[in-house]
Amino acid sequence: MAVQLTRVSGRTGLPNPFAGTDGDRRNRTIVAALLIAAVVYPFVANAIPSVLPAPSVNNLIVMCYYAVLALGLNIVVGFAGLLDLGYVAFYVFGAYTTAFLASPQFGIHVPWFLIAPIAIVAAALAGILLGAPTLRLRGDYLAIVTLGFGEIVPQLMRNLDKVNINIAGQTIIGPDRNVTGGALGINPIDALTIPLPPFLQKLWDTPNLVFSNSNGHASFYLVLGILVLSYFVCRRLRDSRLGRAWMAIREDETAASSMGINTVTTKLLAFSLGASFSGFVGAFVASYQTAVFPESFNFSVSISILIMVILGGMGSLRGVVVGAFALTYVSQTFLPFLGRIVDPPIQGLGQQIGIGLLQNFTLVSMNYLIFGVILVLMMIFRPEGLLPSAARKAELHGEGIAAEGTFGTTETVAEAATAFGAERGELDPGDDAPARASNRDDQPPNPSGNGPTGEQA
Amino acid sequence: MTAAPTLPVESAEPDGRGLLLHATAVRKQFGGLVAVNDIDFDIPRESIVGLIGPNGAGKTTFFNMITGLYKPTAGKISFDGKDITGQRPHQVVHAGIGRTFQNIRLFGNMTVLENVLVGLHHTLRSSWWRTILRTSDLVREEAEAVARARALLAMPELDLLKREHDYARNLPYGDQRRLEIARALATGCRLLLLDEPTAGMNPEETRELTDFVRTLRDRLGLTILLIEHDMRVVMGISERITVLDHGEKIAEGTPAEVRSDVKVIEAYLGRSAAAEGK
Repeated sequence: MAVQLTRVSGRTGLPNPFAGTDGDRRNRTIVAALLIAAVVYPFVANAIPSVLPAPSVNNLIVMCYYAVLALGLNIVVGFAGLLDLGYVAFYVFGAYTTAFLASPQFGIHVPWFLIAPIAIVAAALAGILLGAPTLRLRGDYLAIVTLGFGEIVPQLMRNLDKVNINIAGQTIIGPDRNVTGGALGINPIDALTIPLPPFLQKLWDTPNLVFSNSNGHASFYLVLGILVLSYFVCRRLRDSRLGRAWMAIREDETAASSMGINTVTTKLLAFSLGASFSGFVGAFVASYQTAVFPESFNFSVSISILIMVILGGMGSLRGVVVGAFALTYVSQTFLPFLGRIVDPPIQGLGQQIGIGLLQNFTLVSMNYLIFGVILVLMMIFRPEGLLPSAARKAELHGEGIAAEGTFGTTETVAEAATAFGAERGELDPGDDAPARASNRDDQPPNPSGNGPTGEQA
Repeated sequence: MTAAPTLPVESAEPDGRGLLLHATAVRKQFGGLVAVNDIDFDIPRESIVGLIGPNGAGKTTFFNMITGLYKPTAGKISFDGKDITGQRPHQVVHAGIGRTFQNIRLFGNMTVLENVLVGLHHTLRSSWWRTILRTSDLVREEAEAVARARALLAMPELDLLKREHDYARNLPYGDQRRLEIARALATGCRLLLLDEPTAGMNPEETRELTDFVRTLRDRLGLTILLIEHDMRVVMGISERITVLDHGEKIAEGTPAEVRSDVKVIEAYLGRSAAAEGK
């Protein structure tokens, strides 16, 4: 038969069978340009005239590692459609693994390049730990359990500072063994340090290159590398057999399992691979800040990352990176900048008219209020996110609204069936009689609620 | 109506070698409600078998037990000599059973091609770490999978290749039904379960689909079990028909036998109609 191709270049996200098309080359150019811009940016930031304040190098670092966290959460929420409200828990595993292995806490000092893979594996295992008991849960129930997990793990770190474990009179751990440093956290943690070759030592006047907050530029390039690596890993996962399996589960878990997808392993892979990114970030942040504190891993971190994913566009890699950048920029750079302008007059006004609330006004403390407003506005005006994935765009702005009615809606099927039944009745009354009479409706109750019997058409 | 070829059902050996699917005393209870009550059911190789019955007779429940979505309360289902009772859905697909759904369950926000690629999922071997490393055998496997999916879509009876990049949800109704069959075929199944494949189709589409089902058996050697409400379709295409009512098997045989069965007429039209018919 004649093969007709209406469209040759597929949308992005296909297991690209047409590699090397124009769109592909264009994308590659854009990525290269962005990378060059990112590498040069810290040196030229102050030279670029701009109305908006330029983020400092330290802010850029925060933007980058939140982008990696958002990419990781996007695998769970965006690809596999599993709502995870406790993503911060995996981040804790990464950070504390690093803290344990590179601090005076236990007197262990493992090199960072060994710690990073260990932290990644630790977070991935935590992902399986959370994933396994929640496999049968869907939607709201899953969200609640993950929320609990996200609360439990930081609480553990806060409270494991006086541990006593006695078994049969033998002290295994104790007495009052300080494991996690409690509320004070673990401080200091070794920063990633690379000895420099002699000529660079002379040039930069330092024997070692230290990737900590004392050396923003070096840390920025490290985290940028982590971001780029994460981005491409995510892209490959998305465009693979596994990525398709995730999407199929997101679309219809029952149908996916009936097409040969092992939903158990596929969902566990989503949890563990998603978590592994936060393990990597945890390893970076712990050594970058040279300290970890339990209060830096509270619920609002999980929510912030989720907002980044939603704001940017669930399932869209570019989207979640942009979402993370935008949100972090607003909270870290823009609000402090705007606060310096608007805070004094508002505080002055408060003093004049004697309202305490205004006297202590700071815009930065309104952070989450402003996030909330942004999110509400987004949901009204652009629910698919800033840079949505093609699938989600189609879902929310029905490309084919005419066809929408026919997809899986049983009413239309029933109507059509009745119409055709009547038609057949005229043509062939003998054969049709049983079909028309078959209107008893006593389908057995469906225990899973969302199960496979569905409605009788 | 074409005369159904004689089938080796009676001559099938006791170990079920002439049978592709062999279910004995299969039962499903939801609490106190018996949805499927101790049904024996055989599907001979390369046959087309119809499963009919009024709404709520337990047809879809029976389907769901074969495909592993429900675990039978009691009984045994063996496929190709292997026991598949209570296996998980994906294991049943591995064994060689594919299905479609009564109310179409495509992956609406995935393209036509991606839907078929999901069907191919379990035939592919690439693991997640090879995906990340993008090894050469993975790239080859993906390219082959896409080629296979496109070849399937290009079948004249499906004729979906021209829409390969459209979202499944945007297809016309008939195409969605065909795509669901294409997706099931992609799993490489030997037994294809069709749950009301012609529901909502016009007479022309229905005829095409009926021919397609026959083609699948004659040319690809598939065995087909279908639930169908359209009596003309099911009588015309099936070589054997089983009738369920209230979870019980009330009749079984060739279309002609089933059509004249008093119990069947009773189940569909009520007792008085059956009496009148006599």
